[in-house]
Amino acid sequence: MSTLPLRVERIALSYGRSTAVEDVSLTAEEGRVHALLGPNGAGKSSTIACAVGLRAPQSGSISIFGMDPWTDHSRTAELTGVMLQDGGLPMSARPLTVLRHLARLYREPADVDDLVGRLGIGSFASRSIRRLSGGQRQRVGLAAALVGRPRLVFLDEPTAGLDPQARIAVDEVVQDLRAAGTAIVLTTHDMADAERLADLVTVIDHGRVIAHGTVAGLTGVDDTDVPGRTARIVLDDDAPEAALIALAEEGVVHVDGPVITVDCRPGIADLHRITGVLATHRLDARSLEFRGKSLGDVFLELTGRNLR
Amino acid sequence: MNARRILAQARFETVAVLRNGEQLLLALILPLIILIGLGRTDVLSSLSALPEGAEHIQVATAGVLGVAVASIAFTGQGIQTAFDRRYGVLRQLATTPLGAAGVIWGKLGAVLCVLVVQTALLLTAAGLLGLSFADPHWAGTVLALLAGAAALVSWGVLMAGTLRPEATLAVANLLWVLMASVGGLLFHRDGTWGTLMELLPPGALGSALRSAVVDGAIAWPSLLVLVVWAILGTLAARRWFSFD
Repeated sequence: MSTLPLRVERIALSYGRSTAVEDVSLTAEEGRVHALLGPNGAGKSSTIACAVGLRAPQSGSISIFGMDPWTDHSRTAELTGVMLQDGGLPMSARPLTVLRHLARLYREPADVDDLVGRLGIGSFASRSIRRLSGGQRQRVGLAAALVGRPRLVFLDEPTAGLDPQARIAVDEVVQDLRAAGTAIVLTTHDMADAERLADLVTVIDHGRVIAHGTVAGLTGVDDTDVPGRTARIVLDDDAPEAALIALAEEGVVHVDGPVITVDCRPGIADLHRITGVLATHRLDARSLEFRGKSLGDVFLELTGRNLR
Repeated sequence: MNARRILAQARFETVAVLRNGEQLLLALILPLIILIGLGRTDVLSSLSALPEGAEHIQVATAGVLGVAVASIAFTGQGIQTAFDRRYGVLRQLATTPLGAAGVIWGKLGAVLCVLVVQTALLLTAAGLLGLSFADPHWAGTVLALLAGAAALVSWGVLMAGTLRPEATLAVANLLWVLMASVGGLLFHRDGTWGTLMELLPPGALGSALRSAVVDGAIAWPSLLVLVVWAILGTLAARRWFSFD
């Protein structure tokens, strides 16, 4: 199939008078991880609900491998795997029973025993889901998403509540899926996850796309149109005014006693210039730290710091 | 929709019900206890609920079959669906090739499967308690069971798809008690109350089953009432049921 695994074009969705999605477009490509980020209530879950055929958007269009997930659900669902944030697992059942049952719903399912082994589910596969830890349930949820051997996977908070070992296991599964050409849509609040795993990022807020691009593009590593790195200098004493004036040439300066933070202007070889300023004014720094913008910084800049 | 997937889902849910202690208590044990209680004692006579010429075991069997339908189709399925909804099970299944409609058909299939098990067990027990299998109108009994299940499951699913699971749990259990005690399921009450109850699903189901099992006749008006309630419940569920 040459068509895109997922193409969401300008969809809108309201629940009564409340607008959940106003204008969201999104694509997912084979062998790439596309992170969908946004604060709570931004419209991520509604977008995904439309994409997987749980809801029909009121306007716009969605196609999965060229088919409409709402009108051609059984065919698109054969190609799609979904890991829900709330698990989607019957509490009284056992993981192995659930996975075997889900496998029966697909034409060409994965080998359940193999999946159980890959995700380390074997040790608790015969325990009821109610008795599993959050991390164990997450792994069963991931297995449920993969049991149909999907070519497009939606992962909603796949590492929430996982210990470091389980996170590594999930990372490896995602890398394996990507290497096998599976398109992955990752919804997460964990910016480190998105930064580490995503090839492309779309940030939505208030039901609209507010940023889109690669992680490097959004954090400014390969783009001088966005602010550059931040320098944090800790001195022994307060800095002389002349030094602060010189540092202000490099960017926006914030002073908190002996701690100076400089949001450097883009496109400047800031390390050398700032150390040059320190040398000129004979200032010894107790510490000097340069940090590029993280995806989390960019996310907060885009969506604000207010609680939703 | 695909019949193979729906059957798989119905089988999965049937096994889940039969393995669940609470569901088993509600669907099989309690109806069995009621059958033995009403069939072996004079409770029905003392309540003036024994029609002239009828045997205790006939009235008890008809009533208990109705209670069994209410147990699995309304209370059991309502509670199960409400918690499935809470834990995202319905949404997860709806994203598979089974689809949202397949999820509901699978649940209906499970209700029918459990109903077959209940009916077989309760009729066996009734036979052991003295029910003559020559007297009932079996087609009428089957029609009443199916129409009653359709009416009650539609309202049970509507309740599960609109209320919180805790509320569904409380309401479904309370209504089960009311249906069995004063709703006309187990026995008919004379007067205005009895007439009123026969216009509601439990009363109509009880009446249709008593006609079939005790009188050996099909109660078409009661079946019509059940069909109307089934249609209303289905339309309402289609309009208001939410998977979220």
